[in-house]
Amino acid sequence: MNPALSVIVFTTLSGAGYGLWFWWVLDAFNVGLARSGPDHWFAWLLVAAAGCVLVTIGLVSSVFHLGKPARAWRAFSQWRTSWLSREGAASLLAYAAFAACFAGLYFGRPMLAMGAAVALALLALGTVCCTAMIYACLKTVPAWRQPLVLPAYIVLALQTGGFAHAALFAIAGVQPALSAQSLAILATTSLSCAWIKEGYWHAIDRIEMPSRASATALEGFGAVTPFERPHTEANYLTREMGFVVARKHANKLRMLSLLLFAILPLLALLAAALLHGVAVFALPLAALSTLAGAFVERWLFFAEAKHLVTLYY
Amino acid sequence: MTGLPAPSKRKLGLVIDLDTCVGCHACAVACKEWNAGGIAGPLTDENPYGAEPFGVWFNRVHSYEATGLGTGDGGKDAPQAVTAAPMTVHFPRSCLHCETPACVTVCPTGASYKRASDGIVLVDEDKCIGCKLCSWACPYGAREYSAVEGVMKKCTLCVDRIYNEQLDEEERQPACVQACPTRARHFGDLGDPQSEVSQLVVERGGRDLLPELGYRPTNKYLPPRPRRAGGASNPSAPSSTSLASEALDADKLPSVLRWLDRVLSR
Amino acid sequence: MNEPQLNLSPSPGDEVKTTTCYMCACRCGIKVWLKDGRIRYIQGNPAHPVNKGVLCAKGSAGIMQHYSPARLSRPLLRVGERGSGEFREIEWDEALELATSWLKPIRERNPDELAFFTGRDQSQALTGWWAQQFGTINYAAHGGFCSVNMAAGGLYTLGGSFWEFGEPDWEHARYLMLWGVAEDHDSNPIKLGLGKLKARGAKIVSVNPIRSGYGAIADEWIGIRPGTDGLFAFALIHELLRTDRIDLDYLARYTDAHHLVICDPGAADDGMIARDAQGRALCAVTPPRSRSEGGGREGVLAYLANNQEHPSPTLPFACGEREGVETVPQPSGPAGRSSAHELPPAVHQRASSPPSPGEREGVLARGEREGGVSPADAIDISPAVVGEYVLPDGRKAKPVFHLLVERYLDPQYSPDAVAARCGIPADTIRRIAGELAQAAFDSGLTLPVAWTDTHGRRHEDMVGRPVAMHAMRGIAAHSNGFHTCRALHVLQMLLGAVDAPGSFRYQPPYPKPIPPANRPGRKRRDDGGLDAPALGFVHGPEDLVVDAHGAPRRIDHAFSWAYPLAAHGMMHAVIRNAWAGDPYRIDTLMMFMANMSWNSAMNTAETMRMLTDKDAHGGYRIPRILYADAYASEMVAYADLVLPDTTYLERHDCISLLDRPISDADGAADAIRHPIFEAATQADADGRPRDVRGFQSVLLDLGARLKLPGMVDAAGAPVYRDYADYMVHHQRAPGVGLLAGWRGADGTLEGKGPPNPKQLEAYIAHGGFWHAPIPEAARYYKMANREYLEWSQAMGFIGKAEPVVLHLYSEVLQKFRLSARGHGAAQPPESDRERVERYFDPLPIWYEPFEGEQVAGSPSPLAGEGLGRGGVETASEFDPSSSAASPATPPDGGRRRFPLSAITQRPMFMYHAWGSQNAWLRQIATRNCLYVHPDTAARYGIADGDFVHVDSHNGRITVQARCAGNVQPDTVWTWNAIGKRRGAWRLAANAPEGEQGFLLNHLISDRTPRGDRFNADPVTGQAAWFDLRVRIERAAGHVEMTSQPQFPSISVGNVSSDPLRYGAAFRNRR
Ligand SMILES: Nc1nc2c(c(=O)[nH]1)N[C@H]1C(S)=C(S)[C@@H](COP(=O)(O)OP(=O)(O)OC[C@H]3O[C@@H](n4cnc5c(=O)[nH]c(N)nc54)[C@H](O)[C@@H]3O)O[C@H]1N2
Ligand SMILES: Nc1nc2c(c(=O)[nH]1)N[C@H]1C(S)=C(S)[C@@H](COP(=O)(O)OP(=O)(O)OC[C@H]3O[C@@H](n4cnc5c(=O)[nH]c(N)nc54)[C@H](O)[C@@H]3O)O[C@H]1N2
Ligand code: SF4
Ligand code: SF4
Ligand code: SF4
Ligand code: SF4
Ligand code: SF4
Ligand SMILES: [Mo]
Repeated sequence: MNPALSVIVFTTLSGAGYGLWFWWVLDAFNVGLARSGPDHWFAWLLVAAAGCVLVTIGLVSSVFHLGKPARAWRAFSQWRTSWLSREGAASLLAYAAFAACFAGLYFGRPMLAMGAAVALALLALGTVCCTAMIYACLKTVPAWRQPLVLPAYIVLALQTGGFAHAALFAIAGVQPALSAQSLAILATTSLSCAWIKEGYWHAIDRIEMPSRASATALEGFGAVTPFERPHTEANYLTREMGFVVARKHANKLRMLSLLLFAILPLLALLAAALLHGVAVFALPLAALSTLAGAFVERWLFFAEAKHLVTLYY
Repeated sequence: MTGLPAPSKRKLGLVIDLDTCVGCHACAVACKEWNAGGIAGPLTDENPYGAEPFGVWFNRVHSYEATGLGTGDGGKDAPQAVTAAPMTVHFPRSCLHCETPACVTVCPTGASYKRASDGIVLVDEDKCIGCKLCSWACPYGAREYSAVEGVMKKCTLCVDRIYNEQLDEEERQPACVQACPTRARHFGDLGDPQSEVSQLVVERGGRDLLPELGYRPTNKYLPPRPRRAGGASNPSAPSSTSLASEALDADKLPSVLRWLDRVLSR
Repeated sequence: MNEPQLNLSPSPGDEVKTTTCYMCACRCGIKVWLKDGRIRYIQGNPAHPVNKGVLCAKGSAGIMQHYSPARLSRPLLRVGERGSGEFREIEWDEALELATSWLKPIRERNPDELAFFTGRDQSQALTGWWAQQFGTINYAAHGGFCSVNMAAGGLYTLGGSFWEFGEPDWEHARYLMLWGVAEDHDSNPIKLGLGKLKARGAKIVSVNPIRSGYGAIADEWIGIRPGTDGLFAFALIHELLRTDRIDLDYLARYTDAHHLVICDPGAADDGMIARDAQGRALCAVTPPRSRSEGGGREGVLAYLANNQEHPSPTLPFACGEREGVETVPQPSGPAGRSSAHELPPAVHQRASSPPSPGEREGVLARGEREGGVSPADAIDISPAVVGEYVLPDGRKAKPVFHLLVERYLDPQYSPDAVAARCGIPADTIRRIAGELAQAAFDSGLTLPVAWTDTHGRRHEDMVGRPVAMHAMRGIAAHSNGFHTCRALHVLQMLLGAVDAPGSFRYQPPYPKPIPPANRPGRKRRDDGGLDAPALGFVHGPEDLVVDAHGAPRRIDHAFSWAYPLAAHGMMHAVIRNAWAGDPYRIDTLMMFMANMSWNSAMNTAETMRMLTDKDAHGGYRIPRILYADAYASEMVAYADLVLPDTTYLERHDCISLLDRPISDADGAADAIRHPIFEAATQADADGRPRDVRGFQSVLLDLGARLKLPGMVDAAGAPVYRDYADYMVHHQRAPGVGLLAGWRGADGTLEGKGPPNPKQLEAYIAHGGFWHAPIPEAARYYKMANREYLEWSQAMGFIGKAEPVVLHLYSEVLQKFRLSARGHGAAQPPESDRERVERYFDPLPIWYEPFEGEQVAGSPSPLAGEGLGRGGVETASEFDPSSSAASPATPPDGGRRRFPLSAITQRPMFMYHAWGSQNAWLRQIATRNCLYVHPDTAARYGIADGDFVHVDSHNGRITVQARCAGNVQPDTVWTWNAIGKRRGAWRLAANAPEGEQGFLLNHLISDRTPRGDRFNADPVTGQAAWFDLRVRIERAAGHVEMTSQPQFPSISVGNVSSDPLRYGAAFRNRR
């Protein structure tokens, strides 16, 4: 599949943004990466805002992918069947929950704030799930219709969001920047990310595409190979679905993404935990690294996925 | 709308005969021509006279080679290393108007829909936002996006022809079917087991494309008939027209004079 | 659910007009829907006899052709050097005055200094007449490089032909053999027909080195080696004869099988048909006996009993051989095996010495004793088809069939002998022969239609022979194509499968007398015009257009001793000869719709050079080039004056029975085109109104300015307003005009009748065509069907309703042979004598195509090797052991220098060069590649997608190769005419057509490798496009993805690269 920049930007950034929001909500319940409270309200607000910015950049970028951006509003209507529509609806609701949270706080309605926060956490994850399901529901792209696609999207969102969260706290000067709990969470997400993606890559390398004979009603006539394409030059299908990335490049890129979203961040975590004063540099760098890693991973997610229509070419 | 309607009784579609298709592209161009000015037009052509012409087509004609099984036609005993000569098969590809098409259900706007009355799958270009998701969901490559128009396009089964009261009755058929010079394309109601197309599918063992995906295409493809390349490698038995060879060993005769006493009539 | 409201009945247009398609020469009926003054949709006309409503890709893309940005706008006068493409636009008056000022002095001085050659037109009825009135013998149309072998092969054999003059009986055929057909002119009818055969379960066999298109749907693919079809046909004939599966009654009734050929070696009429005083052919007869008596069998047995000592399978005696003289090699045994030593002595003696009394007791006496000779056309006789007979004058004679059997039963034509050369297993050949016979004879097909033959005998039904054949350029475009084509017709006749139900069928106005009556014009009338149209059919040496020394008189050497039966002229020869001044310099070369500097040139680079070459005085060697084209083709750049034509929707055209008819086997038809648009209202790509004129009208205007006879009245005023006027009012002979429908003052006459001023209106009211069904009882056996022939005569197609006797044996060819042997007044120059002797064999022969033969380094056939080489060459061309046999073993590892054949095929969706300017069609193929069999590619270390050098004796191209297994492994091929010269057709300079596309024409020479002749058939002059031999190698250092050679870009202005949104306006308006 053609790795369209707008879609990659959208899924990685909005993923990180929803991750941020998720951790932000957990903060409020003191179960996540940090403890909320008056001592670091600035960092806490920063995380909320950054989440909002990332989600928004992502969504705006996704609108650029549309042929008719002005009609984007129509995309919310088909939530009964369409994961894209659900994603849109969930993202809208997430904004609403986010706003409700602040409204609750502002108007001194803690229950509202709490309820909205819970909703926000669920909607943030839900939106990421919807994004994942847009791909995972497509039988036409066997590499996407994999059980690990959904977990990968979720965990990567949590991980990129988590590192961003840690980085923002470090930048905001919260001490200690890295608690044992957050260290454990970040390390776990990184490792599970690596583990899931490894499993995913292993799986997609073993995918069996349906046969060209089945695609052309020629089963029983021997090996079917293309003789002539319908048109000698490229067309929408070959450009959109016929993207091929050379296997050796793919392997290098897989390593690179692993390095960026798992190994480097883990090393940074280690450095931050062990060496005093390093966290304030190490965590933002780790966060950027995870984002970059996610970016490469997402590029590969598209570029490596073969659409069934390529059977015809 | 993106939800699929209850299966309609009428299932309009095409039956394409791979045994007869010569790969002439007539259907592809006729389709382009009618639809350019039809309800799904224009079928934009980018760079029409330049280096990379890039147009929207609802129907594209591929050709394949099938090598091996079931195609042997005298290749075996060829004097040189020509093993099983491949068979060339032409294969037109357009929307199959599936029964359970994900192209419809994934659409976020409801622009993609399947008509309840006859099963035709269409795009309402006024609603389409050009997210391209439906094209990803179609395994058959039947949807083509026009960047210039910003919307998705696809075969309409010529819905603006087949019911068109301004056309003569016999012309109310898809443009591709009307044009096809070998008449390898057939249009009709595949929901009606008595229809000509349904009968044809039964007779010729019509097939679904990628049935394992479960899209349940309405259009059917008739596979090539068995090629009759050989069998008897000896000349057929003499008949009444070969009087002499019945009684005489033709090889032993002074061949010319064998016809000496034939009584011919003028 | 709320589905959107659709308008399911949008108006298909404001109005619809019926006319005739011109995206190719098939000439289908179309309905053009117009909306807001633009074309909404072009569809097939269901009522039209040609296409019955279907339409091909090109036809549907007519919209884009009509609106092509490459359309010319105004007359162009060259300002730069020829070939540069620099022009000044001028007005029509200036253009026509200029043209007149060029042509007038020529006509006064010597009309032959105008060479008028037309290409892919359908106006030969007009252009030929115009040239005749101008008085030049140098007129021809494109058939000479197209398929004249097919036309002449048929017209000199059957009085009809494949091409578009006949068709398989699509309704009844049960077996169809397609020989070398990719698309053909009958594009849609063939496809419709194939669809019918498929639906009926008839077997289709494709004989073709490539399996694509029609071959793809065939039941059986015979991947033959190019140029060897004649051998294959002979092997089939051999098998049919060997197994006695032939239709002797058919042969005796409808062909010359029983005609007696004089066997009088050395005599001036040796090998001619024996005739009585009235000129009727003679045959030997036995008294009629009923079959049940079994006498025939006894006779044979008795004969056998008397001749037990000679059970030889052949009697290789051939009439017409000069005794005792070392003659030109006969199509006899393969090299190394003398035919003589196998001759049974007694027979041999009979053949070479006067009959002895003893022999008279034997076979010779039979004729006299049992019946004697009789006019061959007598009825209720029992003609003999074999044996040796004594003519009343005492000379010996043999029936044609006897000679035929002698020739083709020879072991050199057995399946085993030809298998390796053709690349077809002998068993397959035997099986196909059996299948042909089975389909022809065991089908039991008879149509319950009573008919009357030309002798007045009534037949209760029509006996079918449901084996049909169709052949085209795969056969024709070889230098042995004429004979191969005749071989196919002989095969058909043996099966009784010419115009029988289920077989090949004639389309009116065919059959015609063999050969057709009109001979080429040679003399000038008092008014300066020619005595007859320049093209015609030579009946014998006396009809050649040569001077007193036998040298060519025509600029293209057509109808000379080198190419005697060049019935369509030799367009591929005109540029070289005009450049070389051979036989003389001409002044003006006038061409019409022929892309002669590119895809219709053999040897493009050399052709471009000749078009621009200058003489010692600095003038162009071809002083003036006048050219009419509708589009900015490659050729436009080489003209001095360009006359811009209209598109096919802007003019009157006439698809006339005097030209290339569109009839079908069940009826005669003709059609018109009429303007759907005024050209002036159809702006060019820059938005300016176009000032273009239909070339036919321009030609008549020019003719009037030149005061040509028939084009001006006594007062010197133009007779015809324009072409439309001519179509209606011109009469070729009294009552015979261009259009056969709605003739007579009131439009009630058909075929013949006085002009009808309202004729065009009648055509338009009837969908633009006229179709006259043949009466049902007249639809088969047309060559001997009284009702048909009378109908044909009434229509004006033939002069007399006489039967057409099909020619297994060509007396016309024998006449040439006799002159080569020194008989008669017309004598070939010494340089042509042996060639004529060899290639004018009255029975079909096969010889290695010239290019293959000459590049292989083997001795010339004229040096005496004979044609049978294929018979001994048993190994594959790649088998190193075979190269040892070749005397001139080249140094490259012992392989032949050019081991592969290279051929082209027509793509179904493209018409020659015109298609690429079409925004829709070009998307299907903007580039071509060279297809190579994977085994062959592997042998040369070539991978799919590699660039390869392809070399012929004439040059090199470097192009991209692709592997595909559906080709005969010794053959490489590509699609024809996809490659374009950069900048032509107003395509972007970096368009793939120019950058990657290519032509094989760069490799094809217009001369044979030896350089002494045109690369053409020695009988008809047909261009031998498919004789091309090449070798390939990987182009190791070739990094740019561009094909070579490239020529300087011709700049005719760029086109906007904006997206084309055709139809958007209609959508808004619904
Ligand atoms: N779409 C389309 N239609 C056309 C045209 C066009 O350009 N485009 N051109 C028109 C014109 S001008 C013409 S003359 C006709 C020509 O009509 P065709 O004769 O059908 O055209 P070609 O493509 O030249 O076909 C030659 C075929 O012969 C095969 N062949 C080559 N050599 C041999 C051989 O030695 N033996 C055998 N058995 N086969 C051989 C080739 O593989 C090819 O399939 O088509 C007309 N129709
Ligand atoms: N290698 C190879 N070469 C071949 C062949 C092959 O098989 N292989 N086939 C040969 C054969 S059979 C043929 S017939 C030739 C065909 O070759 P051409 O006759 O040269 O081919 P076309 O491209 O048909 O173009 C003729 C010209 O007609 C012009 N034209 C088109 N429409 C109109 C019109 O309405 N009016 C006027 N005045 N001009 C118009 C076009 O612009 C073009 O310049 O090619 C020959 N060349
Ligand atoms: S073929 Fe593709 S576009 Fe057509 S209905 Fe089926 S899934 Fe949808
Ligand atoms: S591109 Fe248009 S039709 Fe397709 S899914 Fe998106 S909105 Fe629906
Ligand atoms: S049915 Fe109509 S829209 Fe569909 S492929 Fe045929 S012509 Fe095109
Ligand atoms: S028009 Fe008919 S024969 Fe031609 S490509 Fe289409 S289906 Fe095949
Ligand atoms: S076959 Fe030729 S005449 Fe007929 S529709 Fe096609 S282009 Fe037109
Ligand atoms: Mo041609």
